[in-house]
Amino acid sequence: MAVTGPPLVEAHGLRVRFGKVAALDGLDLIARSGQVLAILGPNGAGKTTFVRTVATLVPPSGGELRVRGIDVTRAPVAVRREIGLAGQFAAVEPTMTGRENLRMVARLFGHRRKAAEAAAEAVIEMLGLGEVADRRAGTYSGGQRRRLDLGASLVGAPRLLLLDEPTTGLDPGGRAEVWAAVRSLVAAGTDIVLTTHYLEEADELADQIVVIDHGKAIATGTAAELKAGIGRDIIEVALADGGQLSAAAAVLETLTASPAVIDHTGRRVRSQAGDGATRLAAAIAALDSARIPVDEIALRHPTLDEVFLTLTGSQQDAPGTKADSLR
Amino acid sequence: MSQTTATASIPPAIARPARPPAPAAATAQIAERALRKYFRTPGLFVMGVVQSALFLFMFRYVFGGAIRAGAAGYAGYLIPGYVATIVLFTGGGIAVAVAEDKAQGLTDRLLSLPIARSALVTGRTLADFTTNGWSIIFTAALGFAFGFRLPSTAADGLAALGLCLLYGLVFTVVFIVIGLFAPNAQAAQGMSMIAFVLAFVSSTYVPPSSMPGWLQPFATYQPVTPMVNAVRSALTGGSHDLAIALIWSAALIVAFMPIAVIRYRRA
Repeated sequence: MAVTGPPLVEAHGLRVRFGKVAALDGLDLIARSGQVLAILGPNGAGKTTFVRTVATLVPPSGGELRVRGIDVTRAPVAVRREIGLAGQFAAVEPTMTGRENLRMVARLFGHRRKAAEAAAEAVIEMLGLGEVADRRAGTYSGGQRRRLDLGASLVGAPRLLLLDEPTTGLDPGGRAEVWAAVRSLVAAGTDIVLTTHYLEEADELADQIVVIDHGKAIATGTAAELKAGIGRDIIEVALADGGQLSAAAAVLETLTASPAVIDHTGRRVRSQAGDGATRLAAAIAALDSARIPVDEIALRHPTLDEVFLTLTGSQQDAPGTKADSLR
Repeated sequence: MSQTTATASIPPAIARPARPPAPAAATAQIAERALRKYFRTPGLFVMGVVQSALFLFMFRYVFGGAIRAGAAGYAGYLIPGYVATIVLFTGGGIAVAVAEDKAQGLTDRLLSLPIARSALVTGRTLADFTTNGWSIIFTAALGFAFGFRLPSTAADGLAALGLCLLYGLVFTVVFIVIGLFAPNAQAAQGMSMIAFVLAFVSSTYVPPSSMPGWLQPFATYQPVTPMVNAVRSALTGGSHDLAIALIWSAALIVAFMPIAVIRYRRA
């Protein structure tokens, strides 16, 4: 799917201000066709503002933003023909059936009556909404409603699908439904930019991840690159005896010269280690001489969670800890 | 769950529309959706009808006995004014619906589509004018049941009704703007109460000359009074205050329509 030509989305020094608040403060970002880009950030980082700016709902206050080479400020109408937006809130009309909703949006994309019917039918089949298509959307489950919302953004065959926190507020079943739908769209060649504050979601769905905080991109890369970018492996020790957790933590801290985190429920202690391989042997020896029985000891790469916390530098803003993000 | 393979039912190709919809087509879709919502939410239209009947009943039969106004009895004075201003009571529903669409993200969805911004306003106006038109006609019919009789010809009656429908259109646009400025549905409801002031401090229920001196200038010169006077005059084939009423109507539409279009853009 690699396509030459302008990137799907290209932001340079993009700024958006709401009064005194800078929601986007010099954001640089490139999304390429053929890849799923996830924009990951804590609540209030500017994710939703970015999506709304790409969707021409919010005008930029500065910088540049192009969608497939089209400037959003100069030609917003042309941009709207390229995009499909599925927002945080399931924006469908609850008193209309799924099919009526899809037909309406298809007509508003410019389809004639027959083509609108066909597009609605195609989307119903694609997203497995056949059984509920003729029920009012107000009666749908969260996952069904979100899939209908996704479907509504597809009936105009957009070249770029914008998903703003597609699974926020869904239960695990609903989330799995939406993930499966997104994957089938990717398989069919739809280009997607999504925002999320779930690391797992970025890891699962995206090829490229841009981490943003306070309206700026603070890291870019694949999940593997981001994990490697932290540069420090993690030594993790599981103990048979929970009473010795703090003793083990003290041993690890002396050895790695970085703070050790105690996980009481898992009876584990972990600490970042500069040159993991040599430290691991030393850790085994040190724990042994301190007479702390070890159940399991491992050297591993950091998880995306750990990367994220290191990058944003705040435990409180950890993703997934709050239900909603700023709109 | 994490490694579910794509449920790759091969998606049937969706054609790409050749061009964005014409403004008229987009308007029709927006209007259709608003009307569907209205008629599929029993609370909306049942309450509208019940409310207008109830208010008319109270003014005609509860307060009416104590009010001396109009040569032809209070029914002949009250009912033309009431029908002309009924939109000021039902219009709150328009503002609430607009604010709800905004809060629920439906407005965002519509704004992300390649349609003319004006279609959002014209579609909404068309739908709300239709529902308000019905409530005006219904209230007029109710007026006859409550003792109103045409003082002159049926043609004069229709002219007066036409004026009422025009005001319905004018205030529909005003209420759309109120809904767009309201931060949420409750606020939209509250802000719509301003319309009550316009309705009551006018010549609709009592002559402004019966009000205290300091209130008379407002009651006399605000737009609703000439609008109501023009309807009363039209019923007898006259054109008293007609020009002023038409100028107010045109001015309000010309002022509020662009505000609505611009405000939708950044809803």
